[in-house]
Parts: sequence; C-alpha cells; structure tokens
Amino acid sequence: MNREALHFAVRNGKLLVGLAVLLPLLALALLGPALAEGDPNAYVGTPAQAPSGEYWFGTTMFGQDVFAQFVYGLRVTFLVGLLGGGLAALIGMAVGFTAGYRGGLVDEVLNMLTNIVLVLPALAVLLVVNAYLGVRSVSVQALFIGLTSWPWAARAIRAQTFSLRSRDFVDLARLSGVRTWKIITREIAPNMSSYLFMTFILLFGGSVLIAASLDFIGLGPTQGVSLGLMLNNAARWSALHLGMWWWFIPPGAGITVIVGALYVMNVGLDEVFNPRLREL
Amino acid sequence: MRRYFGRKLLVYGLTFLVAVTVNWMIPRFMPGDPVQSMIARANVSQPAAVEAMRAHYTSLFGFDLPLWKQYANFWAALFRGDLGISVWLFPTPVTDVIVRAVPYTLALLVPAILLSWWAGNRFGAFAARRRWLENTALPVGYVLTATPYMWLAILMAWGLGVVAGIFPVAGGYGFALRPGWSAEFLGSLALHWVLPFLSLFLVAFGGWAIGMRNMIIYELEADYANYLAALGAPRRLIRRYAFRNAVLPQITGLALQLGVLVAGALVTEIVFSYPGLGHLILQAIQNQDFFLLQGTFLFIVVGVLIANFVIDVVYVLVDPRIRTGMGGEAA
Amino acid sequence: MALRVNDLRVHYRTLKGEVKALDGVTFEVGDGEILGLAGESGCGKTTLGKSLIRMDGRMRHAGGTAELDGAELPIGDDRAMDRFRFREVSIIPQYAMSAMNPTRKIGRMVDELLRARGAEPDGAELRRRLDLVELPHTVLERYPIELSGGMKQRMVMVISTLLDPSLLIADEITSALDVSTQKAVARTLTEFRERGFVRSMVFITHDISLTYQIADTIMVMYAGKLAEKAPADTIVTRPRHPYTRLLISSLPEVGVRYSDRRLSGIPGSPPALLDPPAGCRFRDRCPLAFDRCAEEPPAVEVAPGHHVSCWRS
Repeated sequence: MNREALHFAVRNGKLLVGLAVLLPLLALALLGPALAEGDPNAYVGTPAQAPSGEYWFGTTMFGQDVFAQFVYGLRVTFLVGLLGGGLAALIGMAVGFTAGYRGGLVDEVLNMLTNIVLVLPALAVLLVVNAYLGVRSVSVQALFIGLTSWPWAARAIRAQTFSLRSRDFVDLARLSGVRTWKIITREIAPNMSSYLFMTFILLFGGSVLIAASLDFIGLGPTQGVSLGLMLNNAARWSALHLGMWWWFIPPGAGITVIVGALYVMNVGLDEVFNPRLREL
Repeated sequence: MRRYFGRKLLVYGLTFLVAVTVNWMIPRFMPGDPVQSMIARANVSQPAAVEAMRAHYTSLFGFDLPLWKQYANFWAALFRGDLGISVWLFPTPVTDVIVRAVPYTLALLVPAILLSWWAGNRFGAFAARRRWLENTALPVGYVLTATPYMWLAILMAWGLGVVAGIFPVAGGYGFALRPGWSAEFLGSLALHWVLPFLSLFLVAFGGWAIGMRNMIIYELEADYANYLAALGAPRRLIRRYAFRNAVLPQITGLALQLGVLVAGALVTEIVFSYPGLGHLILQAIQNQDFFLLQGTFLFIVVGVLIANFVIDVVYVLVDPRIRTGMGGEAA
Repeated sequence: MALRVNDLRVHYRTLKGEVKALDGVTFEVGDGEILGLAGESGCGKTTLGKSLIRMDGRMRHAGGTAELDGAELPIGDDRAMDRFRFREVSIIPQYAMSAMNPTRKIGRMVDELLRARGAEPDGAELRRRLDLVELPHTVLERYPIELSGGMKQRMVMVISTLLDPSLLIADEITSALDVSTQKAVARTLTEFRERGFVRSMVFITHDISLTYQIADTIMVMYAGKLAEKAPADTIVTRPRHPYTRLLISSLPEVGVRYSDRRLSGIPGSPPALLDPPAGCRFRDRCPLAFDRCAEEPPAVEVAPGHHVSCWRS
C-alpha cells in the first residue's frame, strides 16, 4: 500500500469503523475459547436461563452455555469465511487471469464455464451435495462453498485483466520474453492488488452467509457448533415461542455484525483506493 | 442480438445439462452400494416405501447396464416428468409434491424481488450525494444487506408475531382452514404472507439501495454528466440520466442475485413453516427423502434459468447498446 | 471587449494544501477574436478554461474577476453560473468521445437539454448545422455508440454552439485526433465564428503549430501565469519571452505536433505550484536569467497587443 493510500486509510471513517467492529470479534473468536473452556455443547447449567452474571448470554433449553457456543461459533464463522472466501478468490483469480490474459478460445471456454456456475443457484447445489455427505465438517463445507461461489469474482478479475493486458509495461514484459504466469504474478496482479483484496472481502462475507444458511437448514457440520447451527437449534426447539431471545439474537447478530463490518470496510477501501470516490 | 440470445440460451442449456448430471452423479460418489445405503439411511419404516425406493433406485441406477445407458434412462425418466416417489409423503410422486408447493414460493419471491428492486433503486438514487441521508440511511442499508435472511425472519416473527401478536408466525394459512376461495381463507393466506414477505423484502431492499447509491455516484462523475452540467443542465435532468444508466447494471445485478434471493426465500420459509419449496427441503432433509430433495433442486434450477432469460429480454429492451448490436457481452 | 479577465486566481484543493494552478492572470479577448492558449501541461490553461464555465469540485476561486460582455461571471458560484452556461459561455470538452449520454438517442438528448434550459428546440436550424459539419440528419436517431469518433466530435461541436454563445471554450479538443481531422476541426471552428454561431473563442491546446492555424492571438502560459500574449504571427515569428522562444524553436517544423511530454528542448521542469517560488517562475530554466528575475516581472505591453512578462523583453 503506498503512502497516499495509507494517508486516506487512517482517515477513512468507514474503514476504521469496520475494523473497530471486526477486530474485537476476531480477538474474541481467537481468545474466547480460552475464556469459556470445555465443550460448548456440554450441559452445564439450569435450562432456559436468561442472561446473568454466571451465563452472560443465558443458557439453551438443555442448559448449554450460549456464550460458550457463541464464542466457538464465531471461530467457525471466521474459519468458513477465510477458507471458503479464500478458495473462491483463488479459483476466481486463476480463471479470471487466464481468461483475461490469454483471450481467444481459452477465454471462450472459461467464460462459458463461469457463466454456467454463475447461474446455478449455489445454495441449491450445496444442499444436494451436503445432504449426501454422511459426515460434514467445517472445512468440507468451506471447500464446497469455495467451489460454487467464485464466478462473479472470476468475471470481475477477467475484465480488469483485460484492461491491464494492453498496457505498456505488460507489453514490455511480453516482448522481453517473460513467461505468462510471471507476467500475471509480477505485472498484472500487483497492479490490481487492492481490487483483489476487496474481492476477497466480499467473498469472505458471502461464504459466511451461505454457510449460515446451510447450517440453519440442518446441513451444518455434524460435530461442534456454529452460529448457523445455534440458530437452527433455537428455531427447532421453539426458542421463539418460549421467548428465549438470548438464544437466537446473539448468533444472528454475530453474523450480521461481521458481514456488515466487512461490507462497510469494503466501501471504505474503495474510497481509499479510488480517488474519484474520495470526499473532500 | 440474435447472437446475444443464442449465447445466453446455450449457457442456460448447458447449465441445465450440468444440473441434471450433478443430480445423477452425486449418489454414485457414495461408497458401497448406493441402493442399499440409501435405503438403510432413509430409515423408512413402511415396507411399501422401502420396496418403492428399491425399485426406483434400481431402475434409476440400473447397475447391470452400461454407464451411458444408465445416464440415458435418467434423462428419459426426467422427460416423462418422473422424479421418483416421495418418501416423506409416500406414495405421492415428487412432482406432485413440488407442484403443490411452488405457488407459495412464487407468491413470496416474485413480489419480494420486484418490489425490493424497485424501491431499493429509487431510494438508493435518492440518497446518493445527499449527505444527511447517506449518513443515516446507508448504514442501515449495510446492516440489512449483511443480515442473514433467516435471522431477520426470526426477529420479525418474534417481534411482530410472538411479542406483539399482530401476525401469525407459522404456516401458509390458519391450521383450521381448508384451502379454497372463501374470503376467510384468502384473508388468512394474506395475513400469513406478510411477515415472510416483509423479511425477504427488507434484506434485499438494503442491498439494492446500497448498490444503486454506489452506482449512481459513478454515473454522476461520468463525462456525460459533467458535460451536461457544464452546459447548465438542471440537476434533475442529470440525475435522471444517471439513474437510468445506473439501473442497467442493477438489472444485471438482479440476475446475479437470483441465487441468493432464492436461498433467502428457502430459509425464510423454514422459519415461518411456510408451505413452499424451502419447507419441502427441510422435510426432505429431515426425512432423508433424496428424491424430493433432488427434484426440488431441479425445479429451482429451472426456475432460476427461466428468470434469467426473462431478465435478458428485459435488458435488451432497455439497453440500446445491445439492441444496436454494438454492446458485445454486457450481461 | 467580449471577455475581460482580471487577476484571476484559481486554486486546487489537495491534501498537502492549495495548489495555485492559476495564479493571477489578466487578459482580454475581443469580439470575434480567437485566442489560442498554449503551454506545457500543468501550466494552468485547462484550469483557466474550466474556471470560465464550470469548476470541478476540487477547484476554488481564490480571487480576481472575469467579465463577459460587461457582466461579471459568478465564477465561484456554481448555481449562479448556470444562467451563463450554454447561452453565454459554452465548452467543447476534452472528452468529446464520451460527452453524450450513451443510452439516449442523440436527437432526444439535445431536445431534453434545450427544453431543460428553457430554449425551444429549433429542428430546422439544428439540421442546417448538421449539414455544415457534414453529419447526416439520421444521427439524431442514433445512439452515440453508433457514431465514429470524428462524428461524435462534430456532433458535440454542434450541440455546444446551438444557443450561439458569446464565448466558446475549446479544451484540447484535437489531442485525440489525427492530423487531417485536426485541421478539419480547426476549419469548422473558424467557420462557426464566421457564421456567428460563436462570437469569440478560447482555443486551448498543447500544439502551438495548430493554434497558429486558427488563432488570431496566442497566449502562452507558464506555471499558472501569463508569459506572453501577442498576435499569432508575432508569437511565432518574433517571440520576446525566452520561454516562448524555446517553445517555438523546439517545434521541429510547423505542422508537426509534439505530444504531451516535457519539452526536451528546455531542461528542467516547471516549479511546484503548491508553494511557488517568488520572482519569475521560469528563472531556473531560463538561459537569460539574471539578478532581477528574483523579482516578479509584470506583464508589460511592449508593442500594441503584445504583452510579455519578462525583465529581458
């Protein structure tokens, strides 16, 4: 990041607010399990207890500590976003760079592939795939999310690559016989690094939301806990009708706040890197 | 234009092909004898259901046949409209179960999509470059669009349903009623529709408003806007042009968001036990009813493809650049 | 006098402070005169052009006045300027290729623009002007994307002058065109003046040789200030300011344009305008600089209509 961007970054309210929200949650996800030791699914207290000094977020109707579940769930949420969003970003970059740089038939074929995966409704595909998986884990879930959510990123990166490929410095590299992948990694990717980062942020948020939906439908990880699973349990055991708001508010709020902070950060970054959007 | 539609239809055709192939292939990834393990996992108590499943799976997979023949048989069954027998509602054919649920999903999804798109775009365009609105309403928009659909649905059901008691929170109509054209039934139908619709609408609304606001800011900085301003054109005219041009990418955005919106409808239906496709999916998963799940999957794919095509047609109607054959690949 | 600019100062707001892009320029443009405005990029010529019609968001009117046909232009007041725009002052922008709304048919856009400005569209007159620039009338039924670059350029020229403005600003309109098209554009502009579509014109360009073909007077700017202003012939044949001389001599020959890079003939680069040095701004690059140049040279009329800001003139 150059100095000018940094100058704007430390003054950009949206970016700062996003980080101020995200970093404490990240810290909680990393350190929290140390605070709330033991199995988050263990039956530790009186069932259906409202929040108190002992159980900050209350207990579920089976006496599980909602706060412990929340903290572990946060960790899973970040993990799914990182793995799913990361994988989608990698595929999107591979496809986008190749299609945009090579053009021609390669582009046609990759474009077709991208469009097909793009119109397939991701959640519906994930439902069928996950339903057949006997044992589901967070990483496998992230893997399939990554495999289905890359197309828009590939398309955006392809368009950017397309406009960069005819620039002088790329021509120069090409003329001096630099190999294609080197041109892509040394000349093209660094020139759109801010864009790639923002793409990753959006993919991260998208993965979190999809994972939450899958968990909620009942196709979450078979073991452990996640924010989506908490919502699923709360809904399944009628937390709504029993008025156990402490059971379903924290997990949903956690997801909303994480994804919202990411989106706001993304807009902030856009303003930092894109002089036209800066307000004076 | 012909080329444009040709390409689109090719993509949709291939997508359908892929979807069906995925449907056919997935059971094969399961280790061991899929028929046996499927029946074992299905845990069906009715012997008749077990027999039906075995018969269907065997004819479907037909392990003694060569692969291509199995694949061809699968397609043949599909074209007969045969998606298998539902285990959950044995012995109703899956197609019938789905056809009964589809109207509920459409009744939620279509108004929610169209109205949120329309209102969100209007609002986003109005908020753009109006400082106080940008500072107050846009943060709300970001929160809305980051909200998981099911969570907003749960909050609404809890707040407006359980606590305030204004709206019913479960089902598509009152439990005591029988579907018909009576005023009582229709009223109950409408009342049960409000909350799921509203939660779908709100999440989508936030996304559109923000998208439009960002898009229109780019448009207001565009050369044509500067030129008009230099010639003293009133802000109204410039904003009108900017809005119209910013709507075009939003139409493409609608196509891109369809999958997400459908997913949102599914989980919203689950929250409200609304008798649409989402409810079917939940039942299918809980009852290990794979025919129903896969049939619903195909229905959703086909629905999304049709919607995509409709959007393509609309796009051609509003963007002159495609009509004049000079816009290339715009969508 | 059509345009009378008096000590005009326009600054750019940047992070580091205000860049004095236009730092006190005084000149006049007569009725029917075409003033060619030349200089390196960053010398303030585009800033000057913009400030006479519409400043962008980062520009600030820091002082001085501009008077058009006796009425003062409210340069710093975006709303008040609207009254003058298009009717009194008009512009052919640098970006003529993308100046028209891509999703409106051109005829409809022109119509809407005119009505929005309270002018009754005159179809017959519009078509006469299209004939003049050799555009078929059918362009009005087309979208901008269907026109070639040259056609778009001519269309924008017609639109900008439709209300017969008193002053037309042509900002770098030829830099994207090839030589023969450039000449055609220049001819059209002179014809516009002859027919009274515009009274006077400020023609901004890097290209002195092109300016020479159409301008009556040429004004050379350097680092936000006026360096020299004189009838076109005089500037080309008998320049007085050392900068103008270097500029003219660095032209390989008339008719060959130089592009937007620093003049290879003049070593060094213009001073930063964030905090410009006192005295003559060309001093550091000037072969003739002497002690007195530490003091800022005023613009002196050395011969009728020939102004030079240099102690050596």
